[in-house]
Amino acid sequence: MAGYIVRRVLQAIPVLLGTTFLIYFMVFALPGDPVVALFGEKTPPPQVVEQLRERYNLDKPFIVQYLIFLGNIFRGDLGVSFSGQPVADILAQTFPVTLRLAALSTFFLMVGGIGVGLISGLRKGGVFDASALVVSLIFISLPIFVVAFVAQYVFAIQLGWFRTTVGVGAPWQDLILPALVLATASFAQIVRLTRASVIETEGQDFVRTAASKGLSRNRIVPVHILRNSLIPVVTYLAVDFGTLMVGAVVTEGIFNVPGVGRTVYQAIIRGENPTVVAFVTVMVLIYLVVNLLIDLLYAVLDPRIRYAK
Amino acid sequence: MKIKRFGVAAIALAAAGALTLSGCTSGSPESTGEAGASTAVITTNSTEPQNPLIPTNTNEVGGGLIVDNIFAGLVYYDAEGAVHNEVAESIETEDSQTYTIKIKPDQTFTNGEPVTAESFVNAWNYGAALDNAQLSSYFFESIEGFSYDENVEEMSGLTVVDDLTFEVKLSQPESDFPLRLGYSAFAPLPDAAWEDIEAFGENPIGNGPYMFDGEGAWAHNERIDLVVNPDYDGPRAPQNGGLDVILYADLDAAYADLQGGNVDVLQDLPESALATFETEFEGRSVNQPAAANATITIPARLPHFDGDEGKLRRAAISHAINREEITEVIYSGTRTPAKDFTSPVIAGYSEDIPGSEVLEFDVDAAKDLWAQADAIAPWDGSFQLAYNADGPNQGWVDAVANQLKNNLGIEAAGAPVPTFAELRTAVTDRTIQTPFRTGWQGDYPSLSNFLAPIFGTDAGSNDGDYSSPEFDALMSEGLGAADVEAGIESFQQAQEILFEDLPAIPLWYTNTAGAWGEQVENVEFGWNTVPLYHQITKSE
Amino acid sequence: MPSNVNTRPDQQHFVAPIEETPLVAIDAVKTEGKPTNLWTDGWRDVRGRPMFWISAALIVLVVIVALFPGWFTQVPPNNDCQLANSNAGPTDGHPLGFTKQGCDIYSRIIHGTSTSLSVGLIVTFLVAFLGIVFGAFAGFYGGWLDSVLSRLGDIFFSIPYILAAVVVMSVLSQYANVWVISIAIGIFAWPATARVLRAEILRVKNADFVMASTALGVSSFRILLRHVLPNSIAPVIVITTISLASAIVAEATLSFLGVGLPSSTMSWGNDISAAQNDLRTAPQTLILPSIALSVTVLSFIMLGEVIRDALDPKARAQR
Repeated sequence: MAGYIVRRVLQAIPVLLGTTFLIYFMVFALPGDPVVALFGEKTPPPQVVEQLRERYNLDKPFIVQYLIFLGNIFRGDLGVSFSGQPVADILAQTFPVTLRLAALSTFFLMVGGIGVGLISGLRKGGVFDASALVVSLIFISLPIFVVAFVAQYVFAIQLGWFRTTVGVGAPWQDLILPALVLATASFAQIVRLTRASVIETEGQDFVRTAASKGLSRNRIVPVHILRNSLIPVVTYLAVDFGTLMVGAVVTEGIFNVPGVGRTVYQAIIRGENPTVVAFVTVMVLIYLVVNLLIDLLYAVLDPRIRYAK
Repeated sequence: MKIKRFGVAAIALAAAGALTLSGCTSGSPESTGEAGASTAVITTNSTEPQNPLIPTNTNEVGGGLIVDNIFAGLVYYDAEGAVHNEVAESIETEDSQTYTIKIKPDQTFTNGEPVTAESFVNAWNYGAALDNAQLSSYFFESIEGFSYDENVEEMSGLTVVDDLTFEVKLSQPESDFPLRLGYSAFAPLPDAAWEDIEAFGENPIGNGPYMFDGEGAWAHNERIDLVVNPDYDGPRAPQNGGLDVILYADLDAAYADLQGGNVDVLQDLPESALATFETEFEGRSVNQPAAANATITIPARLPHFDGDEGKLRRAAISHAINREEITEVIYSGTRTPAKDFTSPVIAGYSEDIPGSEVLEFDVDAAKDLWAQADAIAPWDGSFQLAYNADGPNQGWVDAVANQLKNNLGIEAAGAPVPTFAELRTAVTDRTIQTPFRTGWQGDYPSLSNFLAPIFGTDAGSNDGDYSSPEFDALMSEGLGAADVEAGIESFQQAQEILFEDLPAIPLWYTNTAGAWGEQVENVEFGWNTVPLYHQITKSE
Repeated sequence: MPSNVNTRPDQQHFVAPIEETPLVAIDAVKTEGKPTNLWTDGWRDVRGRPMFWISAALIVLVVIVALFPGWFTQVPPNNDCQLANSNAGPTDGHPLGFTKQGCDIYSRIIHGTSTSLSVGLIVTFLVAFLGIVFGAFAGFYGGWLDSVLSRLGDIFFSIPYILAAVVVMSVLSQYANVWVISIAIGIFAWPATARVLRAEILRVKNADFVMASTALGVSSFRILLRHVLPNSIAPVIVITTISLASAIVAEATLSFLGVGLPSSTMSWGNDISAAQNDLRTAPQTLILPSIALSVTVLSFIMLGEVIRDALDPKARAQR
């Protein structure tokens, strides 16, 4: 087991190099000069543009830019944004907020999605099953903008249960509503996955055996059915956690969450290469760790799964 | 110009008359220290400043709002765009080329340093020097000694006479120079700035009505807290206890916070609220033309758009666009159909300039002109209009394309460009092969600011490479006039030439569209589209 | 058996004599019947389900609309859009009213079917194909192959989708058609499917029937194809049928960002995006194309459901 973990950690190195290179190249390949955009509709004097390109190393060939960036990273310098803020500070400021939001959203998905999926699977073809399908379909075919907008209007503005947007320091209670909205986007997948998995597991021999042993439903459902149905669901939740980290641009915007999604989006649009690369690098790290944890969790959920030395 | 990219382009400005109608009168901007000034803090929306808060490096609305409130320049603009002295005691000239500027005594920065002639001269020299690559350096280009080609540490046109007096010599007479001095780039800087200008940009020290609420008042992407500067002794004395600026990436969030009571004044509105805000915030909203406009630029270098054929086609396109309908339907009346190349809030504006009929919607005239152009060389292909898709442009571009399709019987479509950077780079490099959207927001309330930088031969923002010796001559004549008033006639004659050639097709003026909560009063929006925050009062 | 346990009625059978249980049939093997096969069994099973026929009929309808929009509407979708009709309600010949730009909503939905359905299907097939190949090999063979394939997936997944799409589509902007868009979307979406399948295979490959096949000397690739994959495919079917909807919506996002299909191309997603700002004043402009999207996705989900049931011998036996 320890050997397996060490190997996975070592694998992170080529993944990180590969990803940073790819990202750096992608931002570099974006058409348009970020310096020109700093001047808005006004066409800038070429001499000033040259000066600025030199300052941000934008005048150098791609590979030189990338190596400078990589060298700086090894010295612990992630660079500065156009607004003069160290990228390290932006990371430290936004990641905790987004982690909280993603964690909360994953929690809601686990409770709501798995719960609904379990009941749907156990009462396959019933009224509950059908309504769950319709509700999850509504969530998936409406853009998240609409869900966020309606939730904000009804629960925050009309009913006053929540603050309309996230206040200073992004406290947990302000994140509840955006987390719920984010959860709706993956609700359908989790419900359907749980349901399918539960139906499949219910037909397994060990479940029949348990039933024939005379075990009560109250024990069979959580211990035998649910636990054995969780592997695909947990995997999807982990994948989704990654999406939530950076894909929450719209929701973060509507609830004014000072998080990763909108920061990365703005940096992409503005062509701020150091910011984008630094963020994606941290994203990859988080993603690798989550995936490792999930792989280890498989062994807990299903003792038959073993990892080679 | 203050750049606005991500939000709705409508920002803040209203004539006082409209505010009187809507029941929101305000005291004269000159009134200071009135009894009963509230101590409550006003919350408002803005966007994250995109550059360090150094006045000469601040050229977009997010930073501009803060800089304008924590610095006091020589002059300031009132709601109508009229210029009043702020730090200046007097600004005098005899030839519109050499200006003698005297500043008021006993003014201080918030760190206790006195505001002197040096404070201005050093700040301007810093802003102009090539090595500093300041985004607003072009504001100093008319000062004698300015250069884009070499680093000039001290411009020869700036001379300190004594502690409170300095002289500015321009390289040519420009009667509207005093009008520009209220722009944030002309703010003074304390000596403390020169110790570490980067750190200064994070925690700036100014001399304006407000100041940072201690070190780190700028919580990036979240908020900037300003408190009243107790030492400020000028015409913009705050009538409230401070200003909490909440930074939003999405205006929908800001609007929801206004509805939810977390924000007092919204200086900008999301597209989704344009149709409803005036009923939802009845009597507490503003919707008036501002010093900004939108245009379509069709460079003469594009096929079918040069020479006489180009003139005819541009006029036909202009006639084929129903500006009233688009501003009403797409923008719910938060744009005002254009009647000229400037803006109605600029002194000297006229909607009856000869030739402006070309802006009227007239399908028959459009078809006729298009047919005349076809007689010179038959039209082929599709009319594409480039716009940046990261801003709110698709709606109006599609509407314009549909109208051209319906009214001229040609193929027309919008050509989205993913980012603003890509669009502007293509425009700047002249690699763009289609007509494109352009817009201008006034830097200072002057007609020439809407004309010279855009249409002057080889001017900085002349994206369409327009050149007309007649136009240039009239602009020089206007700028060389004894004062601003005297120059107006020349500027209007210059616009007659523009209507003839249509180097850009004016579409509409951007309106100030804002709203505020019940607890605040005396909300008035300045000419530059930002509320005059210092005079807002709030019940506690 | 302890009496305090709730027993189900069918549990009585376990104490029944052997002649009364199905076990008796084991002694009498029918030898004249054709050998059973997963797919023929599945087909026989599917034929009898009304849900199959309903979903199939819906899908056929959607496909016909996509292929022959002219059969359903005579109104050109993109010409004669008049702002005077902006957001107007239904009138004669325009049964669903008009969009903000004054175009006929019904006609746009009909003409948008082709784009949206194509993007949805191409992306879904691409994601399913890449996901199954990567996930199956990584999960089944493990070891270094798992490491390489899984880390490759990690790289693809970590790249922000918006960045990837904007870059790919900017570079390929002159080739922007349904295929290019679908590939740009699909190429960054498969890792999720791959990971879920890999997890399921990790679980299934230890099952007794796999051990049994191995013991019988069946080649490992054959085991993967014949035994492991069919038993692990259920979650993939679930995810891919739902991702059909995500793909259709993603196409809209790309168009909205200015890197999608040209605006002269109709699509449901495009209309949904364009209607977002009118949610307060004209919600029908958003809801109508959303309904078209929902119904299409629903029919594919139902079909996926039926197929999944049919391929699962245990679920079939349970009915």
